[in-house]
Amino acid sequence: MSTVMAKAPAVETPFLRLARDFARSRTALAGLAVLVLIVLAALLARWVVPQDPYDLAQLDILDSMLAPGSLGGGGWTYWLGTDDQGRDMLSAIVFGLRTSLLVGVVATLIALAVGVAVGLLAAYAGDRVDGLVMRLVDIQLSFPAILIALILLALLGKGVDKVIVALAAVQWAYYARTIRGSALVERRKEYIEAAQCLALPHGRIMMRHLLPNCLPPLIVVATVQVAHAIALEATLSFLGVGVPVTQPSLGMLIASGYQYMLSGDYWVSLFPGLALLVTIVAINLVGDRLRDVLNPRLNH
Amino acid sequence: MLVFILRRLAQSAVVVMAMSVLVFAGIFAIGNPIDVLISPEADEFERAAAIARLGLDKPMHEQFIRFVDSALGGDLGTSFVHGVPALGLVLQRFPATLELALCAMLVAVVLGIPLGLWAGLKPDSLAGRVIMTGSILGFSLPTFWVGMMLIMAFAVTLGWLPAGGRGETASLFGVPWSFLTADGLTHLILPAVNLALFKLSLVIRLARAGTREVALQDYVKFARAKGLAPSRVVGVHILKNIMIPVVTVLGLELGSVIAFSVVTESVFAWPGMGKLLIDSILQLDRPVVIAYLLVTVLLFVVINLIVDLVYSLLDPRIRLGGGRA
Repeated sequence: MSTVMAKAPAVETPFLRLARDFARSRTALAGLAVLVLIVLAALLARWVVPQDPYDLAQLDILDSMLAPGSLGGGGWTYWLGTDDQGRDMLSAIVFGLRTSLLVGVVATLIALAVGVAVGLLAAYAGDRVDGLVMRLVDIQLSFPAILIALILLALLGKGVDKVIVALAAVQWAYYARTIRGSALVERRKEYIEAAQCLALPHGRIMMRHLLPNCLPPLIVVATVQVAHAIALEATLSFLGVGVPVTQPSLGMLIASGYQYMLSGDYWVSLFPGLALLVTIVAINLVGDRLRDVLNPRLNH
Repeated sequence: MLVFILRRLAQSAVVVMAMSVLVFAGIFAIGNPIDVLISPEADEFERAAAIARLGLDKPMHEQFIRFVDSALGGDLGTSFVHGVPALGLVLQRFPATLELALCAMLVAVVLGIPLGLWAGLKPDSLAGRVIMTGSILGFSLPTFWVGMMLIMAFAVTLGWLPAGGRGETASLFGVPWSFLTADGLTHLILPAVNLALFKLSLVIRLARAGTREVALQDYVKFARAKGLAPSRVVGVHILKNIMIPVVTVLGLELGSVIAFSVVTESVFAWPGMGKLLIDSILQLDRPVVIAYLLVTVLLFVVINLIVDLVYSLLDPRIRLGGGRA
């Protein structure tokens, strides 16, 4: 067994090389570790926190607005304090992370799918289609994301699904532009020409030949965009046009703590904010490193 | 040049038209326009009268023509909450937003350029690395949370600055401004810094990248070799050349600062357009929302147009290249 293992590094897959390059940066590794912890906590929320913050039977109103580290009536310590309904902030934050991550990731995936389809088509079809699509992308990108999201949510109303739609609508243009850029370069290469000479169907050339070779910059943009989406969702929820009260995200938790902050009860707002900050920074660290690793110009 | 301007104007007109169709479709097709345009407190009789008056019983294309017609005449409906014309309400709030946005830009430039220069001249020093880490944080931190923390620190804990509002204002050209009074200025500091944070990080990065590039150029080396004082080399030879990208990017970003002021205004209860928008969305005051959207779209189209035209004046390659399309 050990001899087989020893031989393994001789064949180095692209993924292994990527992983090794990535691991050279300690900051990025730390970011990745934190990110994995956050995602695990969000996925396993029900089992890692002491309380289900939305099961009213588990809340004790007598424990409301306790400072961090206080001992509650239930016999356990509230390490991060409680809010006005006696809800354990740690539990609320982990459940809030769930909503924030769900919205950020799903919105990014939808935007990615739409953007890739549109951008790839534009690059492959060229001419009129390309001109039209890129004009549309230019116009959309000349408006700030938050403005477009606000317009959409003002029209659509509140709700997790609506926030996801709004964020996806805001983001698709970035992917369309990114993949079009790399697809235009790849398109002129010989392997595409060869595939076209073989009279392969256009769909197959786009999906099997063009797309895989355009992926690296897309991965980088998508990673960073997840962080953007999470921050934007938090902002929208803070403004009161995002997720509904029944499914609070981190932004919502921060907003509901706002009124107490001015009277000095800082913890209801501060800790969800820190959780949001750590999540965004961790994603950005990983994204930054991926950019360096995947950038062919920097490759040694 | 004339062709370029005309083409650009036509493009802007198309964008404005497209956006008004979108807004129209949003109100009239997705939602029920009766709920949108008539106050929920109206009784049956008022509803019927309003439906007839607004022409909601007419076919779709006639309604659209009406909508465009009254919008062109500056009539975007009456606010349910305030009982005054919605467009006037939005325009009345505009100076406060503009003041905040311009102050934020000023903060970003005044702090960002020296910090970026420093980080660019000494990239490996402790200060340089601290500045760069700070700018990464500035990109990552959500604006609204920073605003709350600023209030927490400077208004609640230290008690140095007021937590919100515009403070005392003084009139100039018949419009109230905060920066003309001492009290108004203290109210302006926190929101301006908050709104500036994101652009500050951007300016730092631009100035640093520019400085690192320019510092290696022959004319800088020559100026040094000539024995000019370091302050003169940095202040004249380097600074002048890094200003070009900084100024262009800031011109482009003015619009986004105005849009982002929605967040800062809400946190600091700054009575600008953005706060009005959020209040109106929450109170279902739809005519005001529509008025805000159309005003902002128009504002953006004008800003983009001006930036493009100034660009083409500064850089002939853009118009000779036949525009971006």
